[in-house]
Parts: sequence; structure tokens; C-alpha cells
Amino acid sequence: MANKTRILFCNCTYAQVVPKSTKEGVLRKLCESEAAFDAVADLCEMSARRDPALQRFAQAGPLKIAACFPRAVKWLFAAGRAPLNRQWTEVVNMRTESVDAAAGALATEAVTSNLPDDHKPPMAGSENRTEA
Amino acid sequence: MSLEESRSLRVVVYEGEGSAPLEAQARYDTMAALLQEGYSVTRTDGRQAVSPDDRTSLLVMGRFGSDGPPTFEGADEARAVSVMEIGDRDPESITELVRGRRDEIDGFDHGAWKPWFPVIDYDRCTNCMQCLSFCLFGVYGVDGENRLQVQNNDSCKTNCPACSRVCPEAAIMFPKYRSGPINGDRVSSTDLKREKMKIDISSLLGGDVYQMLRDRSEKAKSRFSKERNPDKALNERKKCLTKLAQSGDIPDEVLMSLPAPDEIQRRAEEAAAKADKARAAAMGNAD
Repeated sequence: MANKTRILFCNCTYAQVVPKSTKEGVLRKLCESEAAFDAVADLCEMSARRDPALQRFAQAGPLKIAACFPRAVKWLFAAGRAPLNRQWTEVVNMRTESVDAAAGALATEAVTSNLPDDHKPPMAGSENRTEA
Repeated sequence: MSLEESRSLRVVVYEGEGSAPLEAQARYDTMAALLQEGYSVTRTDGRQAVSPDDRTSLLVMGRFGSDGPPTFEGADEARAVSVMEIGDRDPESITELVRGRRDEIDGFDHGAWKPWFPVIDYDRCTNCMQCLSFCLFGVYGVDGENRLQVQNNDSCKTNCPACSRVCPEAAIMFPKYRSGPINGDRVSSTDLKREKMKIDISSLLGGDVYQMLRDRSEKAKSRFSKERNPDKALNERKKCLTKLAQSGDIPDEVLMSLPAPDEIQRRAEEAAAKADKARAAAMGNAD
């Protein structure tokens, strides 16, 4: 089952920005399912520590991440030297989604890629600089 | 030991062949307790490889019963894999055992540092170095190609998002911040206008946020020296700090920890010089 979509759950342990009821509800539903999954205490901490486990997640094929905003998750992994593959990755935002919506998205095998597109902005001072 | 050098312990809840599965409630209680303590936890049915990474030790736990645990590939001292029978233990005693294992391997003490630091959105960053010249705490630097980077994330002041306020492109995120776009939410055109407006406001305040801080600090100092009633002086200080906090969204704790005005000036000049040098070098690279 090498290409089976993996699930990564972030508990955002060191902040209260993800509603407690949402993260507890999503974790409970994962535990009630038969799914194998990875749960981490805090992706921010792992990114700051450049934890090599981030590379394991980023390189293991299709991945669903239950965490926060896709833009933040994309650059947290990049800062942790583990850039995510845009085609393989779906971020489920527990700051905005309900328990049922988040758990439902994790339970689906197909990955709906939703990381922001890569974009190279003009550098400050360059002649081609344009307003955003 | 730096954050990057620290070693972590990952717990694997093994429910595959050779182990009886946990009840859903026990599984949830155990995982929630371990996550709260800062550990990473993998639940596996044995069909996935759970090999450790560099700097990661594995603790495989399960209900292995009287036959004992199965043999795990790579489970030896060299690969830092250990196995634990949990039987009917409650989450607290499991957590206690895991803590003991963490101490044995001198693992990272999770929770000692709140992970608050800037995360750069390089899809937006234009390398203007405003953040580098703004930050007094040496959080920012440049890489070998003179590209802005976060170099000392543990030097960042907890809950202070001030550098993101000076970024004209809303490219600096603090994922644990309460609102967008600083928390990583999409950047709208309204957000961008607001970010640019904040720069204008800082210009109106004298063109230099730190000059404003210095002026306020000097005024406050002079007020305090004239003020003989300590309660009134304290109230005045609180009022002054509240105004500053509101204008820059800087937490009181950070303002209270700012160094003396002349030290602020020295660090601001140092940061500005660092930014100027990086900007010049980056422009040189671009030519």
C-alpha cells in the first residue's frame, strides 16, 4: 500500500488558535476509525527544530494534513527544509472547518491539492518591480 | 544544545500482527495525553514502515500479551528503537513511562519554548529587508545568496508580530497569531492596502518606529522623574505602554523588555546597516 494517502494531524499544542473542540473532535474521529495516521504535537515546533520527520511526511507520497491555513503549512514545511509536493498535498484547516467537515476530508482517499501556487515575486529594487 | 541539534522521541502505537488493538477510547486518551506532552505519535496497523529518522528515537508500544512483542525490523540499540508493553495501563502511567524513556535518551524537552517565530512566504517576499532592519533581536539574516531568511527563531519575542506589520507585502506569517493575513490566511487586496497604510502611519510618527519608541521612552522618563506619587507614575507608564502596544501591536511584555534607549539606537543602527549591506549585495547579484 505504498501510495495510500497518509494522514498527519497537528495538535497545535502550544497555542489556542485551533478551537479545542475541533482538534479534540477530529482526533477522536481518527482514533475511532481504522486509519493508520501520524499525530504531532505542534508543526511549528517541528519546523523551528527542522525535525527530519517533516521530510518523512513530505516525501512519503499523497498526504493530508489536518492543521491550519494552507499558506502557513506550506511555508512551515519549507522553513523546516522539507518542502511539500503541491500535487500530493491537501491541507485541512481546523481553524475554519467544523469537526465533521475536517474529519470527512481526512477520510476521503483522493487528495484535493490546495497549497498556494508557487510564485516568484519581483525583487525589491529590480527594474521589473510591479505593484502586487 | 540548539533547537536544531535536539533529539526527539516518537511514539508508535502498534496495533498490528502480534498485538491486541486498543479500544477507541483508550487509543484517544493515550494519544491525546502524549500529544499534550509534546510527543509525536504514530498509530499503525503494522503495514507501514515506522523506521526512525536521524535524531529521532522510536518507542513502539502495544498490547503484546504473553508472547511478548514481535521482532521489529531495526529494533536495536543502533537504530534507537525500544519496545514497551502497555497492557491495561492508563494514559497517565503510559505518559510517565514515555517521559522516562525520553530522559534516558536525553530527548528534547517539549514545551520549554513556545514556538513563536516568523515564517516567510517566499511567494510574496521581495527581499526588501524592512523586517531585517526593523528587528532588534537578530531574528533575521541572509543566506549565501543574500536572500532574507529567519536565522534565530528562538530569539523572537513571544506573541510579538511587529515585524509582520512592517512588511509591505504581508509576506511574514506567525501561524499562531489570532487573525489574518498574519496567521497565514489568504492575503486580500484590502489586507495589502492596510499593510501599506501601516507603513505610512509609521512614517507619520517620524519615519522611524524606533525613534518613536525612544521619544516616548524619554518623555515617559521625564514624566516619571517629575512625578512623586508612585501610583500615578505607574499609571502613566501603563498608559504609555498601552498606547505603544496599540500602535504597533507589540505585547506589553516585549515593550517592558526593550533595552535602554541608547541600546535600542545602537541595535537599530546595526540592523539597518546589516539590511543595507544585504540589499546592496542582493542588487549586485541581480546585475
